[in-house]
Amino acid sequence: MTSPMVEARGVRKSYGGVEVLKGVDLTVVRGEVTCLIGPSGSGKSTLLRCINHLEKHDAGELRVEGHLIGYEARDGKLYELNDKQICSERSQIGMVFQRFNLFQHLTVLENITIGQTKVKGVGSDAAVAKARELLARVGLVAKEKNYPSQLSGGQQQRVAIARALAMEPKLMLFDEPTSALDPELVGEVLDVMKDLALSGMTMIVVTHEMNFAREVANTVYFLDQGVIEESGDPKVILSAPASQRLKSFLSKVL
Amino acid sequence: MTSNGDATLKVVPVRHRGRWVGVGAALLFIAMLVHTLFSRVPNGQGSCHPGKGVATCWRFAWNDVGQYFTTSEILHGLLITLELTPLAMIIGIVLGVILAVMRLSPNRLLSSTAWSYTWFFRGTPVFVQLYFWLYIALLYPSFSIGLPFLHYVPFTHVAFWHFDSNSLFTPFKAAVVAFGLNEAAYMSEIARSGLIAVDEGQIEAATSIGMTRGQTLRLVILPQAMRVIIPPTGNEVISMLKTTSLASAIGVSELIGAATNIYTGNYKIMALLIVASLWYLIVTTILSVGQFYLERRFAKGALRTPPPTPIQRIRRDLRGIAAKFPTGHRKFAEVGQ
Ligand SMILES: Nc1ncnc2c1ncn2[C@@H]1O[C@H](COP(=O)(O)OP(=O)(O)O)[C@@H](O)[C@H]1O
Ligand SMILES: [Mg+2]
Repeated sequence: MTSPMVEARGVRKSYGGVEVLKGVDLTVVRGEVTCLIGPSGSGKSTLLRCINHLEKHDAGELRVEGHLIGYEARDGKLYELNDKQICSERSQIGMVFQRFNLFQHLTVLENITIGQTKVKGVGSDAAVAKARELLARVGLVAKEKNYPSQLSGGQQQRVAIARALAMEPKLMLFDEPTSALDPELVGEVLDVMKDLALSGMTMIVVTHEMNFAREVANTVYFLDQGVIEESGDPKVILSAPASQRLKSFLSKVL
Repeated sequence: MTSNGDATLKVVPVRHRGRWVGVGAALLFIAMLVHTLFSRVPNGQGSCHPGKGVATCWRFAWNDVGQYFTTSEILHGLLITLELTPLAMIIGIVLGVILAVMRLSPNRLLSSTAWSYTWFFRGTPVFVQLYFWLYIALLYPSFSIGLPFLHYVPFTHVAFWHFDSNSLFTPFKAAVVAFGLNEAAYMSEIARSGLIAVDEGQIEAATSIGMTRGQTLRLVILPQAMRVIIPPTGNEVISMLKTTSLASAIGVSELIGAATNIYTGNYKIMALLIVASLWYLIVTTILSVGQFYLERRFAKGALRTPPPTPIQRIRRDLRGIAAKFPTGHRKFAEVGQ
């Protein structure tokens, strides 16, 4: 199958009359890393949330693996999916948040097993084994019994990545995963993400880390005021931006 | 080397003069209280009429208190109180949580229904509600469960279940229903504050791993809301324990009802009310200890280190006292421990 992992065509979204996304086009190729950059309030989070169906877009087409998100095409008609079907679609797309959002009442291990056992119906032994394997991958084996409040920000974010990976997603969305971290903790999270990229995971990363974008991304999209202003190979557009807006944005973040 | 760094200097703690005055006043007050509680009055004065050959008796009739404290009628009353309280609280908590979830629903009909419920049951005296459920048999002599409104249409009335309300609402059952439904109104506000206190990011995270709304509520929101809900709920349980005494008005022989039954015969009113109150105090004390451990359990993850249990605290205090009376010279280095 050659359909891209994510394909957006003219996606629009308004909040109470204010248009936040004004016709966004974007293509994410399977196995590639796409970075989404842009000033605060430009609609980056909103776009990610639409892809995950945490928000419903108002117009345009949004496809994941060729399927329209939230709908099922049958007999030449589009049927809106029910809650349960949407949940099952969502469980195949991992999301990592700026503020980690680990379940505060659960231990690190339980944070990673709960989705497997309660959503995917995996047995608890298998879930624990998988959780330990993922904790090893993000370098936090020793912390499995700790509660999130007992971890540093960087450690919490790595657990959050493990929690998302436990669902065996086909696509990972990162919404400014390092923006809430102390500078010295940013590196450990980016390292885990680079690792994940190397393993072939399809990723959409909203970030202000231009070095990460340059190094890891296959494509960079610059979103400004709800439209994609510029996109392309990071080595090209981050070094020699064509638009004045990207030029001035880069001069502010670098 | 400065004198600050000298490890053998003796530490003189700050003296708190005001605190000593306060301690003195409190001790004096406690002494007066104990004295009057255990004072005696001469035979023939006040309620002291034991008959010939007795010079004095306890002002607070302690011998009567002791005599009635464990009589079977009182113990039976205690048992009924201990049945009423949890039954009413279970109805109150379950219905309260449902009402709170309804109240927070984006559906206006659900949220205003929940709001109206709270408005009505909080706004009318529980005493009236108690009589209402007892006498509901007068308003509806019989109940049937079937298809609604069909009894207005001739020949279509079908009842699946039919019963007599006189037998449905015994005083005990009326009390359980009245206290439970009334409590739900208060519990819904407590539960709502707990649900609101959970960070929205938790809901997003749960949704993003594919949990349904029901799973999110059950597995993520409610367990975290518990931390906020439990302390005021403990209060409600303790308050309910004593509210159940109102049931004596409709003829339930719970603790106060039992005490009343006895003192209407022998006029030892104060002694029997003290007996009942002592039992309330004992149960309240046990409940408070239970609440402490329950709070500790649901604080999991919220605090980096959980608060010490009372036993741990006593041990720590004893260690502190022991450290104040060292065998040798007290060294600067010991003070910080
Ligand atoms: N739930 C919402 N209700 C109303 N306005 C919103 C909501 N979410 C986002 N917005 C608005 O949409 C715009 C884009 O937000 P967002 O996608 O979070 O931007 P970014 O992530 O690029 O900073 C902002 O102006 C924000 O105020
Ligand atoms: Mg954002």
